[in-house]
Amino acid sequence: MSLALPAPDMDRAITRISHEILERNSGSENITLLGIPTRGAHLAARIAAKIESIEGKTAQCGTLDITLHRDDLRLRPPRALMPTTIPSLGVENRDVILVDDVLFSGRTIRAALDALGEIGRPATVQLAVLVDRGHRQLPIRADYVGKNLPTSLSQIIKVQFTELDGLDAVTLEEGEA
Amino acid sequence: MRHLLSIADLTTPQAIQILDTAEELSRVSDGPMKKLPTLRGRTIVNLFAEDSTRTRISFEAAAKRLSADVINFSAKGSSVSKGESLKDTAQTLQAMGADAVIIRHSASGAAQRLADNEWMTGSVINAGDGTHEHPSQALLDAFTIRRNLVHGGNDLTGIRVAIVGDILHSRVARSNVLLLTKLGAHVTLVAPPTLLPTGVEEWPVTVSYDFDDVIANVDVVMMLRIQMERMSELFFPNAREYSHYFGLNRDRLKKMKPTAIVMHPGPMNRGLEITADSADSARSVILQQVTNGVTVRMAILYLLLAGVQELGVQG
Repeated sequence: MSLALPAPDMDRAITRISHEILERNSGSENITLLGIPTRGAHLAARIAAKIESIEGKTAQCGTLDITLHRDDLRLRPPRALMPTTIPSLGVENRDVILVDDVLFSGRTIRAALDALGEIGRPATVQLAVLVDRGHRQLPIRADYVGKNLPTSLSQIIKVQFTELDGLDAVTLEEGEA
Repeated sequence: MRHLLSIADLTTPQAIQILDTAEELSRVSDGPMKKLPTLRGRTIVNLFAEDSTRTRISFEAAAKRLSADVINFSAKGSSVSKGESLKDTAQTLQAMGADAVIIRHSASGAAQRLADNEWMTGSVINAGDGTHEHPSQALLDAFTIRRNLVHGGNDLTGIRVAIVGDILHSRVARSNVLLLTKLGAHVTLVAPPTLLPTGVEEWPVTVSYDFDDVIANVDVVMMLRIQMERMSELFFPNAREYSHYFGLNRDRLKKMKPTAIVMHPGPMNRGLEITADSADSARSVILQQVTNGVTVRMAILYLLLAGVQELGVQG
């Protein structure tokens, strides 16, 4: 097991992503952050807090559960549904930033785009992830990446947040080959 | 779990999982996302060998909101009325590729028989079998009670429920007694002795013959329909006397706790077990029950059909 991002680096990455989001969208006026539960939602909340401290005004931040739109539902036991909370201004004509902890096959993001399409028509959809580990199976890329982490398929990326796990860290574990 | 046949088969965590899933799905029903792709390509058969409006339509709406294909099959106008057996009907549905059969039948145990005999590989969902059980109704009732009366907490601990009326013929009452007590509620059955089943003293409930004695102390008053079609003998002298002692009316409504709610599984005999003004009063959540019915049935279909394995496994 190796530590890919210790807590201070994780915080720096989140700070940089927040600045990049503000730069790309010329401020926080029209952006809506939507985190994908569980850990994407925590990451979105962190980014929202950063944006608020930089801009001095509240950011629109919510969660988007994508379970019902997954393409692998038939391959696994039924999953528990997580909350979807759309912030007050909705998604119509907003610049929506999807937030997830790890970008891997890209299938979660495809499902998220479907789920988002059911709610409304954003002006743009962007993607922010803490870790991009490669191995895409769909033509999807992230707009904001905390860290590019080349991995083998057998390795496991573990993202931890203090709120859930008692500490902030991204670790890389060797899985069974 | 592959089938939903009886509340008795459900563990408490499984029951709570269904309610929690329904809670998340209700945001779908309330919000702009009316339709989900989750069960696309799955075929669900509504096999109704007994009359029903809301249960059949509710299951149909639930299946359609999850994008499943629904085939409606009622006994009238089908080969069942020509005397086709349940086995032949089931095998026909299997041959047509049904992933799930939702069955309503006048014989107690019909759903169990369909599931036990391996006539078909799909899931079986009991939508009411004779006077035995009606699990989806109990789940939607528990969901409605939880939404209205439980704030924080996921079961029904401490909630007092009176189920009033024709307990003898009521599968809704049987399923509700099992589920509500499983979730921690206290249930009192109120009925004339002629409308209580034998062996009721073995049930985990309190029994009372005096509605007025009970009504002021409960959080939920659940009225049951007098099931004339199942009554082959006289169970009470006349309708007026029944209404007088066991009907919900304006006077009894006033005795209820300020927060208490009125429920009825429908269809109602207005004027018999419930007066029109009680059914339409601000305490009545009868229409909420109908709305929640779709959501809870979506949760049941999702948990039984969306994955490959057991109900109760967290993802």
